[in-house]
Amino acid sequence: MKIVLKNLTKRFPSRNKKGQDVIAVNNFNFEIPDGQLIGLLGPSGCGKSTTLNLISGLETPTEGRIFFGEEDVTELPPEERGVGLVFQNYALYPHLTVEENIIFPLQNLKGDKKMSREVMHQKAVETAKLVQIDGLMDRKPKELSGGQQQRVAIARALVKIPRVLLLDEPLSNLDARLRLQTREELRRIQRDTGVTTIFVTHDQEEAMSISDLIIVMKDGVVHQIGKPQEVYDNPANLFVAQFLGTPQINVFSGWIRDGKLYIGDEAVLELPEHEDREVWAGIRPEGFIPDENGPFTCNMERVEVMGRDVSVVSNHPQMTGRCIRSIVSSENRFEPDQKKVRFSLKPYKVFLFDRESEERV
Amino acid sequence: MKKNNLKAWLYLLPAILFLGVFMVYPLIDVCVYSVEENYNFASQSFTGVGLGNFRYVLSDPYFVQALKNTFIIVAITVPLSTGFALLISLGLSSIKPLRNAFQTIYFLPYVTNTLAVGLVFMILFKKTAYTDGMVNLLINKFGGSSVDFIEGPYWAKMFVMCFYTIWVVMPFKILILTSALASVNQDYYKAAKVDGATSGRIFRKITLPMISPTVFYLVITGFIGAFKAYSDEVALFGTNLNAAGMNTIVGYVYDMLYGDSGGYPSYAAAAALILFAIVFTITYINLTFSKNKVQYM
Amino acid sequence: MIEKKSASLSRVLIYVFLVIWAVIVLFPFYWMVLTSVKSFASYNSEYIPRFFTTEPTLQNYADAFTTVPLGRYFLNTLIFTVATTGLMMLVIVPASFAFARLEFRGRNLVFALFLSLMMIPTELVIITNYVTIVNWNLRNTYLGLILPSVTSVFYIYLLKENFEAIPDELYQAAKVDGTSDLKYLVKVMIPICQPTVVTIIILKVIECWNSYVWPRLITYDANYYLVSNGIQEIRENGFGRENTPAMMAAVVVISVPLIVLFLIFRKKIMAGVSRGGTKG
Repeated sequence: MKIVLKNLTKRFPSRNKKGQDVIAVNNFNFEIPDGQLIGLLGPSGCGKSTTLNLISGLETPTEGRIFFGEEDVTELPPEERGVGLVFQNYALYPHLTVEENIIFPLQNLKGDKKMSREVMHQKAVETAKLVQIDGLMDRKPKELSGGQQQRVAIARALVKIPRVLLLDEPLSNLDARLRLQTREELRRIQRDTGVTTIFVTHDQEEAMSISDLIIVMKDGVVHQIGKPQEVYDNPANLFVAQFLGTPQINVFSGWIRDGKLYIGDEAVLELPEHEDREVWAGIRPEGFIPDENGPFTCNMERVEVMGRDVSVVSNHPQMTGRCIRSIVSSENRFEPDQKKVRFSLKPYKVFLFDRESEERV
Repeated sequence: MKKNNLKAWLYLLPAILFLGVFMVYPLIDVCVYSVEENYNFASQSFTGVGLGNFRYVLSDPYFVQALKNTFIIVAITVPLSTGFALLISLGLSSIKPLRNAFQTIYFLPYVTNTLAVGLVFMILFKKTAYTDGMVNLLINKFGGSSVDFIEGPYWAKMFVMCFYTIWVVMPFKILILTSALASVNQDYYKAAKVDGATSGRIFRKITLPMISPTVFYLVITGFIGAFKAYSDEVALFGTNLNAAGMNTIVGYVYDMLYGDSGGYPSYAAAAALILFAIVFTITYINLTFSKNKVQYM
Repeated sequence: MIEKKSASLSRVLIYVFLVIWAVIVLFPFYWMVLTSVKSFASYNSEYIPRFFTTEPTLQNYADAFTTVPLGRYFLNTLIFTVATTGLMMLVIVPASFAFARLEFRGRNLVFALFLSLMMIPTELVIITNYVTIVNWNLRNTYLGLILPSVTSVFYIYLLKENFEAIPDELYQAAKVDGTSDLKYLVKVMIPICQPTVVTIIILKVIECWNSYVWPRLITYDANYYLVSNGIQEIRENGFGRENTPAMMAAVVVISVPLIVLFLIFRKKIMAGVSRGGTKG
């Protein structure tokens, strides 16, 4: 099911009486293609969850419309939208068994959609098999591990075959190892069912690794939509560049003068087609090449060995942040008492942003 | 989510209806009653509006006696039961074997019908032509002479009264205090022990401050409960409490409403309002006091 | 060494102290059971009461049920207790649900008003309630006994707090799945809050079983007496006054149901009471 959001806005009345309304979602416009896995990515409090609640119908928008396919669902209550919702803390009914939890949505169906006990059981077993918890049907939620509870929650959301599956921070309550495993699982389930799936996360790695499409947002505004690699390789502004990628992108205050990028006194890159201006220069950690004759000189702090790669930690007077991290091949050799390190730069790993607007130049 | 005004009020309707009829309306009504002088229940008429009912009640020797009895019961049972319950709870929390058994036994009076057990107390304390009763047997053993605690001298009756009241209120207090003691973080005790504090000092400096909110809660509810003493008295001395000289304020209210003096709702209302004023004042004083004194809220 | 000795000495003292209180608590129960199995003749012949009996008899229990309508009192109390508790649940559960889960204009105001009613003592409103019941011609009826005690602001408060502790996500999940409010209340909220619901029921049952003052005002026909009133009646008019063993048999019979209930639900009752029950 294709999902279209048009001019979607949600304002909450301010808590204190004098203050202005809080705009959680500000004039959203985007289209989510059918059958894809979409990561809604942003820092805490950026309006991700509100967006999800608007799509599910738990919140009604202040302005704008929501379409599932061609159908306008803006006025529909949640139960008539056919959405499946998985909560961060799973929201399983603690007094019901796994099977009763999964069946619960089916028991609400009315009229000709009503199912017999056997059909419901059969559906529950099918769905449980899909998420591989069919051996746990008689357990209560508190007898399950976090990962298993999560699967039950997904099964409960999937059992009535929703038009859209929505997941709110689905992995954040799992430990690191389980998280890796579960996100692949999530990808598989989504592929198997073909349900258009939107999941909310603040973890960029998580979003990038499994999404077909990511939507980066901040302060209620969409900053960029695109395939993960595209967004990473082509960030629309400083925020997106900083938010994606670990280690974080290194940002310097720089100047463009005479077709060259200056950081400090050094011209580090040729930029023939740019006007003179002040910029933020973002350089991805993998954009540095150690080079004894390179144009860019930094003060060496230390070298962290990571096996395949080496992380060189250095500093520079024009940097923002605490240090510069560059990831280079471990074939490079560094002296223990080396004071300076010189780099040349990969041009496609260097992004320039306007000093004022922080938009990509 | 959208507001569900109508539905919400529908859910609330039964509660509001019952509270309105049996709580709010009576509250207003009782104030009206209390100022209607010479109200006649049969003809539902009265002669005037004023404070006559209050004057009558306050000068009624039965009311004065009831007031005196109530204050004595409060003054004796509240401090004694609270202090005693604290001792028992401390004892309970310092032992392991048999703790559950003791707790279960101590709680029994809570679930028994006070009227029924009151009868047992009466029999234990009563001196009749056939027997001096269990308690007098004990007194005789220690060289005292028998006393009729149920129909004898005032102080003897008051003693049984207070003894029984304490017996009845102890379970609640012990239960609350033991759970308060159990909820004190054990690390404080460990730290104090490492610092070499004596057990007396630990009690005064750690335990008591930590459970002081609970103690004050018990004192406040204890006061309120003791001021409403009535059915325990009936259990021991029978329904004619005025004759026994053991009436309480609540007993006076009921007697005025029904029973032997029969059908003066105005006097009952006036007496009930006086009781409410007393309880309210005492609770207010208690709360102010506890705000200043309770160290750990 | 000395310290160890004094520690074990104080331990002994604590146990002695606790045992003494246990004896004081238990003795009346022992005495009532003991007296109830003594025959009338042997009881009256003991000028110095004896602490045991060699010839226990159940005759007194038979007397208790035949001489006075103890069975009737029992039945009345049972009807009163079940009806009051049941009706109360029907009143307080929806009210707690409305306060906890529904959003409506004036919710906070109404709730504050409810809370302020918690301060009002029964003694203050009982006068008018008595008059109301008399005016409605409900004296000596079950309805008259039951009606005034089917709401409890305190229990509404307790249940509402409990309902609110259920995470919002459960409600949202249920909404997305198309669950109606009523179904959510019955299928999810009540089962989750079952411990509190049970606690409230038990507390109310204890309160009903022991209630004395209101029934005494409202009933003068022995056909509607509850056990408490029955006891009082027995004391003043039954058994020719001096048949103490029969009286004690009646007391045992009346006390047993609640004690059994307590021994079964010991943990639940004690936890419930310590969470906020005051007697009555």
